[in-house]
Amino acid sequence: MELNASLSLVRPEIILSFSALALLLLAAWREQAGRLISILAVTALGGAAAFVITSMMNGTDAPAFDGLLINDAFGNFSKILIFIAAAISLMIAPRFLENAGAMRAEYPVLILLSCVGMSVMVSATDLVSLYIGLELQSLSAYVLASFVRSDGRSAEAGLKYFVLGALASGMLLFGASLVYGFAGSTSFSAIGAAMDSEVGLGLIFGIVFILSGLAFKISAAPFHMWTPDVYEGAPTPVTAFFASALKVAAIALTIRIVLEAFGSQILVWQQIIIAVALMSIIIGAVGAIGQQNLKRLMAYSSINNVGFILIGLATGTEQGISAMLVYLVIYVAMTLGSFICLMQLKDKEGGYREEFADISGLSKTRPALAAVLAIFMFSLAGIPPLFGFWGKLVVFNAAVAADLLPLAVIGITASVIGAFYYLKVVKVMYFDDAADVIVESDDKVLVWTGGVLAAANSPLGYLAIPVLGIWTAYAARALF
Amino acid sequence: MNAADFPVLSIMLAIPVVAAALCLLVRAELARIIALSATLLNLVLGVLLWLNYDPAGAQWQFTESANLFGPIGWRLGIDGISLTLIMLSVFLMPICIGASWTSIQKRVGEYMAAFLLMETLMIGVFAAQDLLLFYIFFEAGLIPMYLIIGIWGGQDRIYASYKFFLYTLLGSLVMLIAMLWMIQFAGTADIPTLLNTDFPAEAQKWLWFAFFASFAVKMPMWPVHTWLPDAHVQAPTAGSVILAGVLLKMGGYGFLRFSLPMFPEASADFIPLVFGLSMVAVVYTSLVALVQQDMKKLIAYSSVAHMAIVTVGLFTFNQQGIEGAIIVMLSHGLVSGALFLCVGVIYDRLHTREISRYGGLSVNMPKYALLFMLFTMASVGLPGTSGFVGEFLSLAGAYKVSTWATFIATTGIILGAGYMLYLYRRIAFGPQVNADAAAMSDINGREMWLLTPIAVVVLWMGVYPETFLAPIRRDVATIVARIDRAAPVGDSKLKLVDPTTARYRVVHDAEKNMAEGSH
Repeated sequence: MELNASLSLVRPEIILSFSALALLLLAAWREQAGRLISILAVTALGGAAAFVITSMMNGTDAPAFDGLLINDAFGNFSKILIFIAAAISLMIAPRFLENAGAMRAEYPVLILLSCVGMSVMVSATDLVSLYIGLELQSLSAYVLASFVRSDGRSAEAGLKYFVLGALASGMLLFGASLVYGFAGSTSFSAIGAAMDSEVGLGLIFGIVFILSGLAFKISAAPFHMWTPDVYEGAPTPVTAFFASALKVAAIALTIRIVLEAFGSQILVWQQIIIAVALMSIIIGAVGAIGQQNLKRLMAYSSINNVGFILIGLATGTEQGISAMLVYLVIYVAMTLGSFICLMQLKDKEGGYREEFADISGLSKTRPALAAVLAIFMFSLAGIPPLFGFWGKLVVFNAAVAADLLPLAVIGITASVIGAFYYLKVVKVMYFDDAADVIVESDDKVLVWTGGVLAAANSPLGYLAIPVLGIWTAYAARALF
Repeated sequence: MNAADFPVLSIMLAIPVVAAALCLLVRAELARIIALSATLLNLVLGVLLWLNYDPAGAQWQFTESANLFGPIGWRLGIDGISLTLIMLSVFLMPICIGASWTSIQKRVGEYMAAFLLMETLMIGVFAAQDLLLFYIFFEAGLIPMYLIIGIWGGQDRIYASYKFFLYTLLGSLVMLIAMLWMIQFAGTADIPTLLNTDFPAEAQKWLWFAFFASFAVKMPMWPVHTWLPDAHVQAPTAGSVILAGVLLKMGGYGFLRFSLPMFPEASADFIPLVFGLSMVAVVYTSLVALVQQDMKKLIAYSSVAHMAIVTVGLFTFNQQGIEGAIIVMLSHGLVSGALFLCVGVIYDRLHTREISRYGGLSVNMPKYALLFMLFTMASVGLPGTSGFVGEFLSLAGAYKVSTWATFIATTGIILGAGYMLYLYRRIAFGPQVNADAAAMSDINGREMWLLTPIAVVVLWMGVYPETFLAPIRRDVATIVARIDRAAPVGDSKLKLVDPTTARYRVVHDAEKNMAEGSH
């Protein structure tokens, strides 16, 4: 009976796992059925999302498998966001991978497996289940990064990601073992209870190692070094997937472990988070300035954005968490949209371009694409009236409410540095002479998803503020 | 027309947005016509707004309120101060479109769209009654202006556009943090409520500085004015007009709407800072203007000097000074806009802004020379033009607070006469040394249509300023009453004497003298 109840709480994960296995079988027989399998995978994600939405509506808040996992509003909210991002990554990929000669049926299967891992990550309430989810997700991601086998950069990205990812996992495991040793349990709630009393040096070491491992996964400075290389080398749809879904999962996981396991001792982790946040904002902004490759630029942009998101975590308040979720939603829309724009940068021979020089004067030759990309850039820079502004506003509002005024002032001032390179993209597209290498995109899926995401980032997005506010507040409440 | 059933402000905000979207879709000729009709329509609505505004009515009129965006309240409403600045915006917009009619030939649709969006944002800044909404309008103006300078600007447009954007962004972001703090302190983002909220004196200082960072850059005050000459010089003519005409006024409006009434104690504490910076600005930028070889740069520096008189007037804490500052803002918006148009007229013909390339234009361009002279005189502050009224009032107000500041600020008027007359002499008078300049044709009908309306309003404001003072008088009095508790004690120690008795004494003395003389 207990098992049945637990199983009913993890229906989305079950659906995804079985779909992944079934599609893998299908792929074994029909190697070339990549498109069909992608469509089926999107359907599976839709089915899983339907169950998640149902339990979110029902207000389910129940532990499963003796407290290894939990089905709560926070996890469900993150899952919906992850599934949407994964579905978009699936939809935009086929034509790109076909062009690169790498559209194989394993791509959607790996994305689905990664989604299972991410679902487990965001609902894990135990160090062991956390690690299992994290590894399932990471291993899928390593393969995805090197999915275009013929491309040296892609293979390099996969290898780099694997080596450094393994190092981070090791650090996380080491930290977990220390925490287990000093707290006496791997369950978040038991660790939290153990931390109510005095926190010894061993436990602090454990927390530092765990947070370092997680900082690697969310590509926060100073553990961000792999990000530009992997983002540049990986095929663009995979990069979009890394920058959106993976980031949501890793950040949600960080939120949960920090608040549920270490929440009672805010002074222990708050300074770490503040330092990591500010370093990410500044390194992400400064590092991007000299970049010539647009995917590398987006990698630094993602580091920069993680910094802003972590400001919400540094507050340790319900308002801060809800602000982070708002930011995450907007960030996913912005970053997916930007990568979709980058995927439309094709020259006459059908090759993909990703340098600054290629988008020079794009507004003269491809005005619509340039306008859409400009919307995303201004939105990422957080300039009103674009929707990215709202994400920054709620995060900083939470910081101000938590009396972290110096953090807010430094963070928001540093965002001016970030604005510089987002403006550079707009400048190159609008002010420079036309290079005229980019041709009209023939991929309607990209054009339409890009357009929809741009509309969401335009001032029209503000209409979603009330709904977004209600749902994120509801999700954040589950953690307190 | 009832404010409740006719959301005139929202309509004024919506018209340019719709027109901008249309402009992006159609070809150049049509885009120009759409832009002009939309701005004229907004001008008509603006005039209706003015006619229906009741100076004796409620403080906030034409109010609207909708809860579309959660914490960002769509609350609009205007008082007399907003009204005059909105009028300035809608009045200058059709002129800007007209000024770009032939000089802008590439990407006309996008250009018109950028200007129309600019109009929405400017009206929004002056009409917003919600702090966050104000911030959004205030900051969003950066995007169209960045594009206007960067795409249609001059040689160094990229440097200028970056400088403009990043400078103003840095200033505003600190203000955003202060706004968030205020909203949390007061529990509301409603500006009319915040206007009557007393913030703790210690917090006021920090808040004041945060707002100062933004408005001082926008204004611009010395020493953060350096973006302005670059932006002005590189922007296309209409861009300069809108920058000088309206965008700079946002800084003054910000001081008037936020800094003064929300943080009266801090404002009083920082009077020496504001006066000090303004005094430096008046003298320094006037001297810099005197040696400029570039017409637009000269007018840009003169803008900084005029804005310094605005800041002096605003921080006098008395009715005259603040009313004067508002009139200087309006007058400067018209006059410097007109001067930039005058520069644009000859720039379109000779494609250089260098003063020495012109000379003796009064011979071959008499109509132009006449209008240019009128605006030069208005900029100098000649009685009978709008410049005089504002400068006189704000300096008279300043005299009550600080005689020294008034003394130094007044030198700005003399220096202003110096550089403006020098400019005019080099351009309009003297021998016609340059053959190509001497061959230029006089202003055509279109240019006449752009400059004459401004000339009429400049004279109107100079001869009968009451039209413009009437709507703001009560609102300035409200602000003065609010900040009176922190008003500085002046060093001129003026004694208030009942004018009737004073007159009596004089007459009495005269009678006595006569009586003595008759002995």
